[in-house]
Amino acid sequence: MKAPNSSCAIRSTCPYCGVGCGVVLGPDGQGGLDVRGDKSHPANFGRLCSKGTALGETVSLDGRLLAPRVHGEDTDWDSALGLVARKFSEAIAEHGPDSVAFYVSGQLLTEDYYVANKLMKGFIGSANIDTNSRLCMASTVAGHKRAFGTDTVPGTYEDLGEADLIVLTGSNLAWCHPVLYQRILANRKKRPEQKLVVIDPRRTASCDLADLHLPVKPGADVALFNGLLAEIEKRGLIDREFAEHVTGLDEAIEAAKADDLSVTGLSDDLLAEFYALWCGTEKVVTIFSQGVNQSSSGTDKVNAIINCHLATGRIGRAGLGPFSVTGQPNAMGGREVGGLANMLACHLDIENGDHRKAVGDFWSAPVIPEQAGLKAVDMFRAVGEGKIKALWILHTNPAVSMPDADKVREAIAGCEFVVVSDITEATDTARLAHVLLPATGWGEKSGTVTNSDRIISRQRIVLPAPGEARPDWWQLAEVGRLMGYGAAFDYENPAEIFREYAALSGIAGGFGKDFDISGLKDLSDAEYDALAPTRWPVSDGKQGGRFFADGKFYTPDGKARMLAVSWKPPVAKTEPRYPFRLNTGRVRDQWHTMTRTARAPRLNAHLGEPFIEIHPDDARARGIGPTSLVEVTSPNGKAILRAMITDRIAPGEIFAPMHWTGENAPAARIDALVAAVTDPVSGQPESKAAVAQIKPFEAAWYGFAISQAPVKADAEYWAQAKTYAGYRMELAGRETPEDWVEAARQLFDLADAVVQTMLDPAKGTARIAFHKDGALQAALFVSCQPVAVMRDYLTHLPGQEAPMVLSGKSPADQPDPGPVLCSCFNVGVNTILSAIETRGLMTVEAIGEALQAGTNCGSCRPEIKALIERIKGRAAAE
Amino acid sequence: MAERLVIIGAGMATGRLLDHLINEAPGVFDITLFNAEPRGTYNRLMLSPVLAGELCYDEIVTHDDDWYARHDVTCRFGERVTRIDPERRVVFGERGEVPYDKLVIATGSTPFIVPLPGHDLPGVIAYRDLEDTEEMVRLAEKPNGRAVVIGGGLLGLEAAAGMAARGTHVTVVHLNDHLMDRQLDAPAAGLLQDALEARGIEVICGANSKEVIANDEGRVRALLLDDGRMLYCDLVVMAVGIRPSIALARACGIETKRGILVDDQLRTTAPDVFALGECVEHDGQVFGLVAPLFDQAKVLAKTLRDLPASFVNKDVSTKLKVTGCDLFSAGDFRETQGRECITYSDPQAAIYKRLVIEEGRLVGTVMYGDTDDGGWFFNLIRDGVDISDMRDMLIFGPAYQETAAAPVLEVMG
Repeated sequence: MKAPNSSCAIRSTCPYCGVGCGVVLGPDGQGGLDVRGDKSHPANFGRLCSKGTALGETVSLDGRLLAPRVHGEDTDWDSALGLVARKFSEAIAEHGPDSVAFYVSGQLLTEDYYVANKLMKGFIGSANIDTNSRLCMASTVAGHKRAFGTDTVPGTYEDLGEADLIVLTGSNLAWCHPVLYQRILANRKKRPEQKLVVIDPRRTASCDLADLHLPVKPGADVALFNGLLAEIEKRGLIDREFAEHVTGLDEAIEAAKADDLSVTGLSDDLLAEFYALWCGTEKVVTIFSQGVNQSSSGTDKVNAIINCHLATGRIGRAGLGPFSVTGQPNAMGGREVGGLANMLACHLDIENGDHRKAVGDFWSAPVIPEQAGLKAVDMFRAVGEGKIKALWILHTNPAVSMPDADKVREAIAGCEFVVVSDITEATDTARLAHVLLPATGWGEKSGTVTNSDRIISRQRIVLPAPGEARPDWWQLAEVGRLMGYGAAFDYENPAEIFREYAALSGIAGGFGKDFDISGLKDLSDAEYDALAPTRWPVSDGKQGGRFFADGKFYTPDGKARMLAVSWKPPVAKTEPRYPFRLNTGRVRDQWHTMTRTARAPRLNAHLGEPFIEIHPDDARARGIGPTSLVEVTSPNGKAILRAMITDRIAPGEIFAPMHWTGENAPAARIDALVAAVTDPVSGQPESKAAVAQIKPFEAAWYGFAISQAPVKADAEYWAQAKTYAGYRMELAGRETPEDWVEAARQLFDLADAVVQTMLDPAKGTARIAFHKDGALQAALFVSCQPVAVMRDYLTHLPGQEAPMVLSGKSPADQPDPGPVLCSCFNVGVNTILSAIETRGLMTVEAIGEALQAGTNCGSCRPEIKALIERIKGRAAAE
Repeated sequence: MAERLVIIGAGMATGRLLDHLINEAPGVFDITLFNAEPRGTYNRLMLSPVLAGELCYDEIVTHDDDWYARHDVTCRFGERVTRIDPERRVVFGERGEVPYDKLVIATGSTPFIVPLPGHDLPGVIAYRDLEDTEEMVRLAEKPNGRAVVIGGGLLGLEAAAGMAARGTHVTVVHLNDHLMDRQLDAPAAGLLQDALEARGIEVICGANSKEVIANDEGRVRALLLDDGRMLYCDLVVMAVGIRPSIALARACGIETKRGILVDDQLRTTAPDVFALGECVEHDGQVFGLVAPLFDQAKVLAKTLRDLPASFVNKDVSTKLKVTGCDLFSAGDFRETQGRECITYSDPQAAIYKRLVIEEGRLVGTVMYGDTDDGGWFFNLIRDGVDISDMRDMLIFGPAYQETAAAPVLEVMG
């Protein structure tokens, strides 16, 4: 890595998860972007994960949407936005304001969010604006509001350093918030007495260094924390002084005691150990994330956790408290803005007439809706029923990420008028749009985001806006103007929007709300540009810090609420036809629906194919081998995924990543299998507890392809990933083409290339390569078994002279590096294995010293350790 | 006293037999060697390089006068044997008779001359010996010399390539649809034809010769095909096959069919009379390639000393000795019921390979353009190795067999 030129370095914020890491950006001297961790940023102090480190690989203009497009034809902004404004106005005039909707994203900047929310709630007069944060953390929002009267994370990241016990529940922090996890690990080096407990049905990478792993049954978190609350009471650990500030204590304890702990599937000993640790440690931080939120009882789970902290008074002080970590860069900003269907703005309540009037006056808004709008699942249901006549989707991919995703895709496809703002047309959702609006992407736009510990950070412009791309706030404001609300949307820049937003938060503060950044309402443009990471609140009376230690809450009576909650099983029940519990989640090097991370070859090299984790016993019983493709069926849909047989998943449970889409693996759209069941309080879907059946996919043939150009397959199964030399693809099908050479020609669309073949028709083997001017264009390897070739060697060959490509093997003098384990330094599994075996490097540190692997973001360190253990185990067996 | 051993014919098989006898049993036999050609053993396989001008005759002689003298072999070169009397155990040469205790008939084969009208005209030759070679070399000295080779098999193509290399315009006419049809399949033959045409050789397949036409001087002027095409030329080389030379043996009552019948010890039906080389028929097979002949020589060297040894006819491989046209074939590569083929084709590099598999074993191969692994495949055929486990990588040769197959999806736990 080269040192960035500090004179041109620009500080900004990573666009992935909610940790909110600061980055320093500058030209890399080769026309690209150099990305470093910002040592001065309080979220990461210079650290970045593999995804953040690879940001420079995601900013190329390949596949970028560069001009507005209407019905597939490029057009100008005036025509496109004119059409949008007209269609929305017509729908509102004809069918009322609730006939239109915005579906937005935690990836929008706060300023974009603010304008979208203002346009929908203040001027269109509907609350039909919801966001993908609904899929991510709505249960936390609801749980916070029930307990605290406000949606506020009480603590800060510093608490992770000061805690004596950290509990991760429903959070694979090592992969999904790697910088926080590394922060914990670094701290444990200094304070080895700090304990780490992981509660997760799967033995994830986060369990690697944990003192205790509780493999809880999916959905049993309420019972587990109710057991803890009962234990707290039994041990006399109720903080009677703090309880003065809490209502519902007795009812909550009574309900807790009534719960049956056997539903957790955990042994009495394990439970006792955990309870003793939690009860016996004053400074405990309980981190929770999607494993808690994405549930039909998600809000109850959040409250079961908070109950324990309220009962013991372990909240709002250094080193303790419940801690929600968010999955998106600006999920928190969206919550603060109020960009969800059941909020108004700045923590003000849509149901409260005074709040509505205050906001309406501030905005000079003609109408403010009196009721909550449609939450995500209901919104797309209404789209499917034809009730939404005009829909604007910004920076999210609901056709992939919503539960019952196939139905959602159909609903969008059937909608009368769909607008999509994005940086690419190549998403399952954008392909359905009538109007496509090219947005500026990360690195091209300016604004603010809020991370999981209430720090507002700037995203700054480091790259020019390509083509006709424009910021989202501009698109929204322009449509507002065209709809006749010129005065309210006459913004010149994001700073102006931010000042208005900060001023509105002051009004919220006046109502006694905690979210108040009115201290920033008079920032000049230059001060806004230079704004350093700032934790809210920022007002005359308050500045950052923690919440609730003083016992002051934001409920009408000022007291916290403990909720009487009881365990409820997931809505979908396993049964003989669907005997498996299907869990979904993230992998280390991908993010959301891969529209950005899939552009970075190094991030595709870790897990390049969608897969399903199956316990070895279940796999054996169903004849599923380590390289099998697996057909997964639920009452809602079907998927085909590669088997990953591992005992890190429990028998009877299966896990699949949620990233893959119609663009890169159409058979792996896992959310098509997830039922549209939601938490009754938060409206958040139950994404982690579907039911399914698995069986081997009966493929007549398997294929592996490499190509310089993108490949369009029409096989039952295919999964494509970008590589440094082009693309790689896995394929499989039920019917074998008669002529493989012809089939390959069509697959690659290479009419005039020279064809090299290796054919064994009796065995069903075919290997076909296409060369042009001596350089390999593409190659297809087909077998009736899963194809055995050196994939990670082959993927480098397109564009090169490769006369022996059909052998599928590297010549002896060029070893196959294997799949990339360390994305930061591009170190492959085989390279590491060889270092362990031949050089005797038996520690993660020794590997790091020799190969650099694991020395940057550290998120591959659990996997390196697993490799060392594997070799040790083998040596011991011999 | 040494046994009297008479050998008729000094071809390559005899040369190898003598090597064994001199090395393994010096002084055991009193050897007399007849040869119709006025010379001893040379490497006939190397006539093609001589024709092509890559070697000279001296370089391909394996046994020269000095060698025979040193090992007390009585040479009667340039002398035909006219008769054998097995009862009296005597061989009659043109210059007198020689008695024997043991007799080896190694009369070889004679080229088959298609009995076309005009086949006996001056300028119609075979491609068998040094004399034929020299005639072709002489043609090259003539400006605008033209030759027609009848027969696109191994020998014919070597003759054609040799003459072409010396600047003669050559046309090959071949009865079958593709060249070397006994050794190659159509795709390989196609690549070969491309390569030959690239060096100026004209190839006409599916061509039936009708008549050799003479000029005013009674020499060859043209070959007429039965489709009416007239191929003007100064020389017609017939290379359509060979026939075992069995007349001498048959005349004295030794049993013959296509060749002289021998058993596994190379014994003929006459006592103490043996046969060796291209003149023999063993187990229904006659021989045209050198490898089995060398095996026979090895066995016969033992049989003559009453040591146990048996000749086993093994598969043979073929290599065309035309510089720049690498081809190799071995075993039986006909596509019959129950056989499976693996093919490799790389038009960019002009490489073609075909492996024929039967019941999990390699039974034949054809390779063009890259024959480096020919020996390895030949051994697999010969040894009947079960190749099922290496089938996917087989055609890429031994260099690609070592490492285990890469896993399909390496997933870390």
